[in-house]
Amino acid sequence: MTLAMAPTGIVNDVPIEWFLLLGAMLFALGAVGVVVRRNPVTVFMCIELMLNAVNLTFLTFARYQNGWGLKYENAQQAAMNGQMMVIFVMAVAAAEVAVGLGIIMAIFRARREVDVDDLSTLRN
Amino acid sequence: MTTNQIAFLALALLALIGGGGVVFSQRPVRAAMCLVLNFLVLAALYFMLGAQMLGISQIMVYAGAIMVLFLFIVMMLRMDREEPHKVWWTSAPVIGTVFGALVLFIFALGIRPVAEMKPGAVDPKFGTPQAIGMEMMTTYAWPFEVASMLLLVGIVASIILAKRRI
Repeated sequence: MTLAMAPTGIVNDVPIEWFLLLGAMLFALGAVGVVVRRNPVTVFMCIELMLNAVNLTFLTFARYQNGWGLKYENAQQAAMNGQMMVIFVMAVAAAEVAVGLGIIMAIFRARREVDVDDLSTLRN
Repeated sequence: MTTNQIAFLALALLALIGGGGVVFSQRPVRAAMCLVLNFLVLAALYFMLGAQMLGISQIMVYAGAIMVLFLFIVMMLRMDREEPHKVWWTSAPVIGTVFGALVLFIFALGIRPVAEMKPGAVDPKFGTPQAIGMEMMTTYAWPFEVASMLLLVGIVASIILAKRRI
């Protein structure tokens, strides 16, 4: 079976920097939220926002690799590598949310309030 | 301006609205709903990039599972609107603007060198479950096992954290 060179998806006339700029803007929004918000649950949501921005960037680079001068096989491997990174980021994000929200619940049960400014027990 | 570019710009606007809603809305429930919007739009962008499998898992894992977890916690903790930071130097608008502009500037520096890259001629099976499954069971078999261990540890940890006395 010969591999057809037909590209999938419909991205061919969207420039790469649009995707990258969107990823950068979403990441910056998430970073601002992590710094600014006081509610730990909202801070977690902002972390998810940042992870998703990174996923978008990974997939963009998986799709747009014409210009690296890669051979066809290497380009296919690079495309798969980008997608696999997204899969693992999703797995890590799921584990992180489960443990992190569990910790927030434990803090809430112990102290009846959750606020990132008041949680300074671990600071010496 | 082609149809694809208009579609991309519309999706990007929606994604930014969702992201801004997460950061700027005062109520956690609204933030969660904005995050769902952002996840769904990002899934559409993954479809646009030809990664169907990841678009579907984005909807299932993020918009399905993770957001349900978030909403459960928001519901159980009865969180109302939050006050601004108590420390005087963390004035949110100032810190947010400066920090966000800095992060965006650093990323913008990184975008310029790769701006000539074009969509490559990829395999027609690029984003299908078949291709991802093949890759996961061959090249990435070992990281796949590590990820499964990580998820197992996460399950055990959340069960232990849910006990009455830690």
